[in-house]
This record gives sequence, C-alpha cells and structure tokens, in this order.
Amino acid sequence: MTESLATKIDPSLLSASPGSDDAEACMDVHNLNLFYGEAQALTDISFQMKKNRVTAFIGPSGCGKSTLLRCFNRMNDLVDSVRVEGEIMLDGKNIYAPDIDVTSLRQSVGMVFQKPNPFPMSIFENVAYGLRLQGINKRRLLEEKVEWALKGSALWEEVKDRLDESALGLSGGQQQRLVIARAIAIEPEILLLDEPASALDPISTLKIEELIYELKSQYTILIVTHNMQQAARVSDETAFMYMGEMIEFGKTNQIFTNPAKKQTEDYITGRYG
Amino acid sequence: MDSNSTSQHISHKFDEEMEGLRNQVLKMGGLVEQQISGAIEALQTTNAPDAEKIILKDHKVNALEVTIDEACTQILARRQPAASDLRMVVAVIKTITDLERIGDEAEKIAKMALSLAEDDVGFHSRYAGIRHLGDQVKRMVHDVLDAYARLDVDAALKVVRDDDDADKEYQDLIRMLITYMMEDPRKISEVLDVIWAARALERIGDHAKNIGEYVIYLVKGKDIRHLDLDEVEKDILS
Repeated sequence: MTESLATKIDPSLLSASPGSDDAEACMDVHNLNLFYGEAQALTDISFQMKKNRVTAFIGPSGCGKSTLLRCFNRMNDLVDSVRVEGEIMLDGKNIYAPDIDVTSLRQSVGMVFQKPNPFPMSIFENVAYGLRLQGINKRRLLEEKVEWALKGSALWEEVKDRLDESALGLSGGQQQRLVIARAIAIEPEILLLDEPASALDPISTLKIEELIYELKSQYTILIVTHNMQQAARVSDETAFMYMGEMIEFGKTNQIFTNPAKKQTEDYITGRYG
Repeated sequence: MDSNSTSQHISHKFDEEMEGLRNQVLKMGGLVEQQISGAIEALQTTNAPDAEKIILKDHKVNALEVTIDEACTQILARRQPAASDLRMVVAVIKTITDLERIGDEAEKIAKMALSLAEDDVGFHSRYAGIRHLGDQVKRMVHDVLDAYARLDVDAALKVVRDDDDADKEYQDLIRMLITYMMEDPRKISEVLDVIWAARALERIGDHAKNIGEYVIYLVKGKDIRHLDLDEVEKDILS
C-alpha cells in the first residue's frame, strides 16, 4: 500500500524467454527476391533462422511460404522460368553461389512433403536409399543407420519386425514418419517440412508434432503450415507472410499474444478476408 | 499493436460471442456501481431497509461472475482465440473476479450500515470523510469501466494512479477515526463499524486499479502489474 513497501519488479527480468535468444544463427537470408518469369513471388525477404529451433511460416494461400521453403534446398531450380536474387547463407556460404554442389546441399537440407511419398520398396530400402547413394553398402553399417533413423523418427518399434515389407502398406502417419526417417538417415543439418501433417488424422498429427519437438535438439527445422494452432504449438519463432512479403517475424509467444503488425493480428484472429 | 482492430471476424458468430461478453461485463459493472452507491447512501443515512436490499442483491453480482466465467471458458475451448481476442478473454476473466470482490465490499459496507442502524447511533459528522472517500472510489470504478468500454489506455492509467490518492484519503480518515476512539471510548464499537466500511472502500479502490491494469494489458499487450508507473507511462504512451 505505501510506496516503501511496494515491490517493484525489474521488467527486463520478465522478458527473458528460455533458450531462444542464445541460439546461434543457422541460415541467414538477405534480400531474397524470386520471380517466376515476370511475376514476382517473393519480395525482399530477410531473416535469420536459428540453430536447433523450429521456425514456422504461416500465411494465406498463395502468400509464398512454400515457395520460400523450396528456396532453402533449391528445389525451385527445377522450375524453368524461375529467377532468384539475393542470398541465403548456410554456414557462411551463399547456397546460390555458382560453385555450390546442389546435390550435396540437398543432403544437408532435407525435405518432407505434405503427401507422404515413400518409395515403392521395403521399409528398410526406403531409409537405406540415401545412404546407398552416399556410397555406404556394408550391410552391417546400413542396418545400424537404418535402425538409428527409424528410432529417431519414432517408427522403429512399429516396424522393426517387418523391415522387409513394402512401405506402401504403412498407414499415412507411419509413412510420413518413414519419410522423415529417410531424410534424417543421411544426417542433414536442416529439415524443411512442407505441411507435413495436413494429410494426416489428428492423432498422427500430434505424433508428428511431438517428433518435431524431439528432432529439434539435433536438427534445425523449418515448417510451413496452414494450421495456425500447429504453428503455435510446435515453433519457437513464426514468420507471417502475405503476397510474397514477410510481414512479421518474431518469437511465437509474442506473435500469438501480441503481434506488432495489424496484418498479422488480423490473420491470426480470423479477421483476414 | 497500438489499438485493437474493430473490424469483424470472418465468423460473425464469434463477433457476437465477443460482443456478448463485453456487454455482460459492462452489465456486471453497472450493477456493481449501483451497489457501491446504494451502500454508501445506506451508511450515511443508517437506513436499515436500504442496507438490506444491497445485501440481498449481491447474489446477482455473484451469478453474473459465474455466467461470464462460463462464457469465457466456452470461447477458449471452441475458438482458440489469439492475440487481442485472447487478451480480451483473459482480461475479462480477471476483471469479473475484481468486480465480484467489489460487490462483496459493497455488501460489507451495507452490513456496517445495518450495524449502525441497529445500534441506533446515526451518522456522526466526524464520519463525513467517508463520503469523500466513497465518491472517490465510486468515480474510480466508473472511470475504469468506461476505460474498458472504450479501450482507453490513458483513462485506465489515470485510475491506476488515482489509487494512490484513495489510499492516502483512507489513511487520513483512519487517523481521524482512531483519534475519535481515543477521545471517547464509548464510541469504539460504532467507530469500528465505520473503519470497516472505510477499509471496504479502500479495497474497492484497489480492485478498480487492478481492472485498470487489465485494460492496459488488453489494449497494449503489456502486463504492468507491480511495475513502476513512471516507467510504464513512458513505455506505453510513447
């Protein structure tokens, strides 16, 4: 009640959130612009992705989030008319530099798509495929790495007794975890997840989200999702995109309780449209 | 974000639910304001029937708290509100707790009025300071509800500051009442009733201040509780 008894809390103590500020940068994007022919799909994107953190991209359909995601493993190169300006720095090197080996890049930067796409092979061969491409063909080593990858994607217990069965016999959620195992088997630095749970039922979705939480201790993860609550649940930082621009980028806690930009606020409160 | 968007949700039903919530809070606030006015009036006139009416009516305040709490829970469960919508629901949950407490304090004042009426002592002129304190906290409650209705941060901050004045007013009143008790020990029982009433008014001021803090949180997204007000003002009004 009286001035002398009032407790005054130092505000700087309240704003510290565990972990996020201490993480080092993993990927640095500088003034990224992308054109499909004459049409500009990404405009002046700049931000930093932090190591061992999950960064989510949200935004309405057509905002460019998947296009941006595909820049990180240069999947957009496969589109004829595409032109990219700006830089994406991975470990200090621009991945768009002319001397970059794109195949090697795609081993470091793995990708998982919306629709699970296991190869029409056995479960074992799916996971071993990338390892074989890397030149590993000793059976013992392959078995070790496949087991490690399947354990890492929380699928091992369910498939350990049927590794030689076709991957196509697995459920949707299991197939998606198999695809993740395939990606992590070759020990990438970064995982790009393009709406990884959109095609899955709610329980499988939550299992994938739980997996993402476990994976981030070893990988840096970028996830595109149209499910805002998913972004809120899994990510450490969130970027809101609109019409090819990154409108706001910040800590997920902040974005979902008190975003800085009105456009972000409108989108996440369902006033957009 | 400086101001809450007043534009509609895509879901009109969600709009209606939020608007309904707002109206319910203002209704509860209005009722609580009436209770305070009525209780202070009953105290000054030591009117037993009026005091009893206030005491009986407190259950309506409590019922509104329960209804609004339930509405908030439903919105959280079904709408997963984010950002300003989330802050609104959280602020409402906190505000109605303070409003219900204000209702309880008004009831206490009415009970003191009843006690004085039963002792048939009348309202001594030395108790006049209670009217001033009463007017002050009544105004604080009115102003803070107004600030909530208009999402007015400046007005809310003023109420938060005003609590210091109310506290000081209360201290002065207590000093005077203690002196009175020392002068005439026969009056102790009666003066104690007035002191409890004064205490209840001071608590009402505290609750109004709390609501002011919730309004600032709602609008600005900043929790200013337990912080230095000068720093806060610099931060949120810049």
